[in-house]
Amino acid sequence: MKAESFSVTELELAGWPVRITSYRIGETWHAKADNVSPGANIARAKADGREQAEAKVIERASARLGATRRRSHG
Amino acid sequence: MSGYAHPEVLVTTDWVDQHGGDGGVRVVEVDVDTGSYDEGHVPGAIGWAWDSQLCDTLVRDILPKDRFEKLLGDSGISRDTTVVLYGDNNNWFAAWAFWQLKIYGHPDVRLMNGGRVKWLSEGRELSLDAPEVTPTAYSGSEPDLSIRAFLDQVREASGSGAADMVDVRSPAEFSGEILAPPGLPETCQRGGHVPGARNIPWGKACAEDGTFKSAGALRELYAAEGISGDKPIVAYCRIGERSSHSWFVLKYLLGYEGVSNYDGSWTEWGNLVGAPVERGA
Repeated sequence: MKAESFSVTELELAGWPVRITSYRIGETWHAKADNVSPGANIARAKADGREQAEAKVIERASARLGATRRRSHG
Repeated sequence: MSGYAHPEVLVTTDWVDQHGGDGGVRVVEVDVDTGSYDEGHVPGAIGWAWDSQLCDTLVRDILPKDRFEKLLGDSGISRDTTVVLYGDNNNWFAAWAFWQLKIYGHPDVRLMNGGRVKWLSEGRELSLDAPEVTPTAYSGSEPDLSIRAFLDQVREASGSGAADMVDVRSPAEFSGEILAPPGLPETCQRGGHVPGARNIPWGKACAEDGTFKSAGALRELYAAEGISGDKPIVAYCRIGERSSHSWFVLKYLLGYEGVSNYDGSWTEWGNLVGAPVERGA
């Protein structure tokens, strides 16, 4: 068993850069989202297809990122 | 490997492929995302959870010696075992485990360069099976606290400049724009950094494929911020795992003396009543 069709893409969610990593192990597709800087995982999902796994992880990551507040210190 | 001071502490994915199952070698996966191991792991690897097995779950602290010895014994590790650690996020918590193994004096600990993502992206074999382990009676050394910095030492270093402080968080955390990495819970009351600290994010030590940059590139990276190993260095982040990664780079790849990891990090300093804080880049 191996990770196959390994893919990494970057996009912006809720104003933050996010990296989506997806791959298939056996019959299951896995997707993870990390916040690029510093690179921490913020969501993961699995599904029967790549698109479904990535859609789920984007939804979860968006919800978490939407709660992050930027502060201005004038 | 690339002119490192201690190349013996790094192994390649090829090496693990060829030797991970050898007698006397124990491969251990330690992830930020503790569910990753169950998706599939290096064949023969065991998994440690950083949030329950690599810390004291009552008091905020690293593992006490007796629990450390039990963990290693239950993992089939003896004092003469070569322990190879790897994990997600380019080995954040694998480096945290490495640091604790060195605190308790385990002789031969190594990191798999590039971590879990490199293994996956190279299409190497994965297993869903946890290996059968024969427990040992492990005995660790008394803790070597020279590689661990505590609050009083950080206060002294910040005030006197006797040690270089390296904040390895992202620029937005360092400046105080955010209190935690995007998408993670805020765990401190104030944003900013320890006065006098230099911001050298941990990820700058890594190449695109997650492996460590060459010794020359690493030396230049730190020297550009005035960190050259001519005095003690204290690395910190938010909870101490990213700074374990940078501690590993500074101590083992560059060979600088007197490098310690402040695992209290910003979740300690940024919550202290009356602690001085600097903001901005």
